[in-house]
Amino acid sequence: MSVLGKIVRTGRVAEPAPPAPGVGAGRGCDSSPAAPLASSVQLRHVDAGSCNGCELEIASAFGPVYDAERYGLRLVASPRHADALLVTGPVTRNMADPLRATYEATPRPKRVVAVGDCARNCGVFAGGYGVEGAVSDVVPVDVEVPGCPPAPHVLIAALRGLTGR
Amino acid sequence: MTGSAVTVGALAAVTAQLVLVVGGAPLLAGLMRQVRARLEGRVGAGVGQPWRDLRKQLGKEAIRPDGSSWVFTAAPRVLLASTLLIAAVAPFLSTVSPLDGVADLFAVVALLLLGTVALAVAGLDTGTAFGGMGASREITVAALAEPTILLAGFALSARVGSSNLAALVEGMLTAPGQVLSPASLLAAVAFAVVVVAETGRLPVDNPATHLELTMIHEAMVLEYAGRDLALVELASALRLTVLLGLGANLFLPWGVATTASPLPLLGAAMLFAVKVVAFGAALAAFEVFMAKWRLFRVPELLAGSFLFGLLAVSASFFLA
Ligand code: SF4
Repeated sequence: MSVLGKIVRTGRVAEPAPPAPGVGAGRGCDSSPAAPLASSVQLRHVDAGSCNGCELEIASAFGPVYDAERYGLRLVASPRHADALLVTGPVTRNMADPLRATYEATPRPKRVVAVGDCARNCGVFAGGYGVEGAVSDVVPVDVEVPGCPPAPHVLIAALRGLTGR
Repeated sequence: MTGSAVTVGALAAVTAQLVLVVGGAPLLAGLMRQVRARLEGRVGAGVGQPWRDLRKQLGKEAIRPDGSSWVFTAAPRVLLASTLLIAAVAPFLSTVSPLDGVADLFAVVALLLLGTVALAVAGLDTGTAFGGMGASREITVAALAEPTILLAGFALSARVGSSNLAALVEGMLTAPGQVLSPASLLAAVAFAVVVVAETGRLPVDNPATHLELTMIHEAMVLEYAGRDLALVELASALRLTVLLGLGANLFLPWGVATTASPLPLLGAAMLFAVKVVAFGAALAAFEVFMAKWRLFRVPELLAGSFLFGLLAVSASFFLA
């Protein structure tokens, strides 16, 4: 089978893990994660109006090369299953209410991670007629990940601050 | 041994079996994810990750959607309780059990169905589109899969003349040649397909999907959070372990203790763990090569497995 051959030939593609950044690393993180969140964080991704650049980087962070899952991170399908929201893009007028609803639907203790310059301060879209504001104008933000788009290793370093692994 | 000593030993066996299955089920789920991760070239989160997830979820608040009733709250508990009961009565370690009367093929299938129906009703209770969709799909799969478990069981029970699971395992143990008989092999194929369907694995359902439109099991549990979610996840891991364990012990019964004394029990526990881990790893590796099937092809697969079950029953009557 060609898949089997590929598996054998490829072997392990995940890069070696950089040293753990320690609990609470990541810019703007107000506090260390509460004990129940340690070593396991489920993430719900919310695209609040991004250009999809950040999405590509998130996808590659969870791909085989960076393998964010080894740090106890996992993307889930429902905010009810999530511990943290991964919000990308400036919050557009149409996405402000869905974002608030998603935040409400997440069980406590919860964290919000603003991914990308747009999520932090509207980035290149600042002043756009459809833009409601940065993520922190709509829901409280705990961790900010800078970059347009943030490189996967930057994103992972910030998220490892949540799991402490 | 006196009668009471036997009872004490049998009770200890049941306790040991429960501890082993409950403690091992999340580890099995973790192992299967780990196998998948390795084959995909990733490192993986480690075998203990499901336990870490459960510990965290138990400490979180359980949000219940507006307008949902007690059905929503009760379902995870019913699901977990019914699965725990199967884990306690099934002949995993020993064929002597104080709960022998419950370890009946019909009782076990009914308990499995009870959990499925409880979760499906809860999916409807949330009133969301995806909950109802998941419930209808799950019941469709269950309605096609459960009769096949019964048929596969009949193929084995026709030989022993009893539908008691412990009797089935003992019958297999006393006549080891039966393992390779056409009836057992056909029944094993039917049972394997059913395990894949009932536990929501590829190609029937993708346990790691994020796409609501393709979900079956996940769609029903989208609304569970915190403690309730932990119960649902523990119960799904348990169901997988229990079904794999039943398959392992019904079709490859070696190592199952026929007494309740400590040494055979220890050996039985070790062999049981090895068998279930091997089956779980094989299932996870098989999944790497599979894509999820279109929903309308799933009934064809299940009809095929039903046919295998039917052939197994015929074979056990006519070829025995
Ligand atoms: S930060 Fe850059 S990549 Fe991300 S959404 Fe904004 S413009 Fe796109």
